[in-house]
Amino acid sequence: MALLEVRNLGISFGGLRAVDDFNINIEKGCLYGLIGPNGAGKTTVFNLLTGVYKPSEGIITLDGKDITGKKTIDINRAGIARTFQNIRLFKELTVAENVKVGLHNHMKYSTLEGILRLPGYRAVEKQMQERAMELLKVFDLDQEADVLASNLPYGKQRKLEIARALATKPKLLLLDEPAAGMNPNETQELMDTIRFVRENFDMTILLIEHDMRLVSGICEELTVLNFGRMLCQGKTAEVLNNPEVIKAYLGE
Amino acid sequence: MKTAFMTKLRSNKALKSNLITFGMVIIAYILMEILMAAGVLSNLLKGLLVPLCVYAILAVSLNLTVGILGELSLGHAGFMCVGAFSSAFFSKCMQEAIPIAGVRFTLAILIGALCAGLFGILIGIPVLRLKGDYLAIVTLAFGEIIKNLVNILYIGIDENGFHFSTKSSLELNMSENGKIIIQGAQGITGTPNDSGFTVGILLLLITLFIVLNLIHSRDGRAIMAIRDNTIAAESVGINITKYKLMAFSISAALAGVAGVLYAHNISTLTALPKNFGYNMSIMILVFVVLGGVGNIRGSIIAAVILTLLPELLRGLNDYRMLIYAVVLIAMMLFNWAPSCIRWREKMTYWLKSKKPVKNSGKEA
Amino acid sequence: MSFVKYLISGISLGSVYALIALGYTMVYGIAKMLNFAHGDVIMIGAFTTYTICSTLGMSPAVGVLAAVVLCTLLGMGIEKVAYKPLRKASSPLAVLITAIGVSYLLQNVALLIFGANTKAFASVVSFPALELAGGAISVTGETIVTILSCIAIMICLMIFIKKTKAGQAMLAVSEDKGAAQLMGINVNGTIALTFAIGSALAAIAGVLLCSAYPSLNPYTGSMPGIKAFVAAVFGGIGSIPGAFIGGILLGIIEIFAKAYISSQVADAIVFAVLIVVLLIKPTGILGRNIQEKV
Repeated sequence: MALLEVRNLGISFGGLRAVDDFNINIEKGCLYGLIGPNGAGKTTVFNLLTGVYKPSEGIITLDGKDITGKKTIDINRAGIARTFQNIRLFKELTVAENVKVGLHNHMKYSTLEGILRLPGYRAVEKQMQERAMELLKVFDLDQEADVLASNLPYGKQRKLEIARALATKPKLLLLDEPAAGMNPNETQELMDTIRFVRENFDMTILLIEHDMRLVSGICEELTVLNFGRMLCQGKTAEVLNNPEVIKAYLGE
Repeated sequence: MKTAFMTKLRSNKALKSNLITFGMVIIAYILMEILMAAGVLSNLLKGLLVPLCVYAILAVSLNLTVGILGELSLGHAGFMCVGAFSSAFFSKCMQEAIPIAGVRFTLAILIGALCAGLFGILIGIPVLRLKGDYLAIVTLAFGEIIKNLVNILYIGIDENGFHFSTKSSLELNMSENGKIIIQGAQGITGTPNDSGFTVGILLLLITLFIVLNLIHSRDGRAIMAIRDNTIAAESVGINITKYKLMAFSISAALAGVAGVLYAHNISTLTALPKNFGYNMSIMILVFVVLGGVGNIRGSIIAAVILTLLPELLRGLNDYRMLIYAVVLIAMMLFNWAPSCIRWREKMTYWLKSKKPVKNSGKEA
Repeated sequence: MSFVKYLISGISLGSVYALIALGYTMVYGIAKMLNFAHGDVIMIGAFTTYTICSTLGMSPAVGVLAAVVLCTLLGMGIEKVAYKPLRKASSPLAVLITAIGVSYLLQNVALLIFGANTKAFASVVSFPALELAGGAISVTGETIVTILSCIAIMICLMIFIKKTKAGQAMLAVSEDKGAAQLMGINVNGTIALTFAIGSALAAIAGVLLCSAYPSLNPYTGSMPGIKAFVAAVFGGIGSIPGAFIGGILLGIIEIFAKAYISSQVADAIVFAVLIVVLLIKPTGILGRNIQEKV
């Protein structure tokens, strides 16, 4: 059984059919890519998978559990975390605090314990600090733990967003254009980071990307989307050599 | 043990900042008490001590909604009104049953806070899903509704129990031994004068304790995450409704506490536009913005300064409110206008460049 | 019969609210700010006419003209001195609080000049009352002039927005200030014009309000200002037809509430209706639902 199984997923906005008959099987541990020209509906698929939009048709199953139409926070609890095309950090919080928000559902103490500063508060805050620093170290952000998230350079902001998503202990990580705005060196570093995450966090990763170097570099399987419909699906090398795919990207 | 605390203090900016805030309030209290004992404090200033505490608590509690949760609320005075009237009602009813003022007042505070907090939840549930300006106008609407409803409330008590009316005191149909507690637009008279400066400062410190500890906790981070990026907060599993309601209702409950303090400091409690209407809500919002949105210490300072300013300007008599308005506009422009900020940075840079350059031990 | 009388009365009051709401909604839509001082501009307009007519004894026409000119200049002046410097401030709350400061300023200037006592405002309307239904309903001249003025102004405004270059510029700025600037539109001038029009409308509203309800003091503009703000949000903030509908509906609801339920809770009922509408349609009656892009 695949970790993520999607059957016949579709959504319309008014008269526009944004996603139509989307099917995908992602095995556990796979590095999967979702590609296609701009406006193809890739982020819409992400929004459908994470509960931002409710699908008009289709079934989404995560690890055997039906999560179709569920709310975002329930889907996160079930095991999907994501990053966003336009980085969405908590700007007025520090780097470490951003990660700690990700830890919110896994390390808890009651409101009363927090306000009265009872021992439960101290113990869990210590755990959160340790765990947050562990995660930040993976992404080489531990030196900037007390820096305001909005003051980080762009590349580090992206890494922080991934760190925060990982803090929620997901089974499936959705990355929306993680290499956007990065130069070749940064992209290389990102590729290594993504591979590292897959190995050390036992993670399954689905990413949207335009950077073909990254896509061909790390993705094992691909689905190509065009005008909301699947154009091609399969192993990376085959898909990238498919003439239909090349036509969709480069024109006639 | 002490070294561990000192190390923690040095490294923990938040803890340091909080201690400064508490210290500031405590020092102000001690100072005022000394001045009062020395007989230096004018009657005018003495009369302002409790109101200053009331406004400080209101400003801090509103900052929880505006600065920490990031929602504009224009109905804060409504929660103050709920706290004031519910506690005054209780105190007046229980005047004979609970003769010890300390016990009775503590219960009154709890009741005022609870009622206001309850209203916070009831109003928050429909309101908090509205966006920005719409939320602002609806909170203003609720504040006005609460004030209006209190003005048509008639409640009396006699040996048969409580009597309600929304028309007049005659409709209460009470026996001769009946006592009217709330008399419509005339409000509640004869609330026991349980408030005092010490009590006020204590309540302010408790408010600070609750608010500051909430902010620097897991729940506080969740609330601020909602403020900074609601969609991202949702994506990491934060229950938006729960935390919005938490911030809003705690803010309301604390406003209720301010209302209790206010109600037990005056002899006649009436719901007028100027004390429980949008004018009051707006005035507190001014304190919050001027003191710095999200800056709890700033709220207290702004509340104190802006309350004292018109009183200190009394010498200028007719012109004082005018000057107050001009000062407000000038301060807003000075602090927030990008052109002024640039001018200030230039000035700071120029002043710094005038200082003699330190000899950093350059090689000869 | 009295139902019709109340309806007409409500439409008249609503027309005043609509005129004020138009100013609010235009400024909000184009300059993206809530001008809390707007209600007090109507008070200034009314006092100007009062001074010209009652104190100086000149004709009502001069009084109204003076009010419109003064308020237009006042509105543009306030925008230039107090709001423009904060247009790019880090928080939209900054200009909101400054607007509150301007509101306090206007109220206290009026207080200093005219004192707190309520003045009797002499109506500027010399239109005769209308007898309808064989004398059963009498509609005052003020009511007729108010309603007709509101309709006329609405039509002129819609034509202005649709047909003139300046009007189209206003639409552009309300959609996207940056893009409008890049297209060569004079954003500063457009915003100044918006305040000018809004303030002129406020002056007219002030004069009409006090003609119908002849009591005037420095705080007269405050509550109608708030109610007009409610009306603008009710109708969908940023929408001109929305401000019109919101204002008229609010006036009708208020008059009916005063007549059939109780004048003390009339305000509460008006606000309650607003809350109910917003809970059903969170962006107001004609408001647009702008989805945040994820």
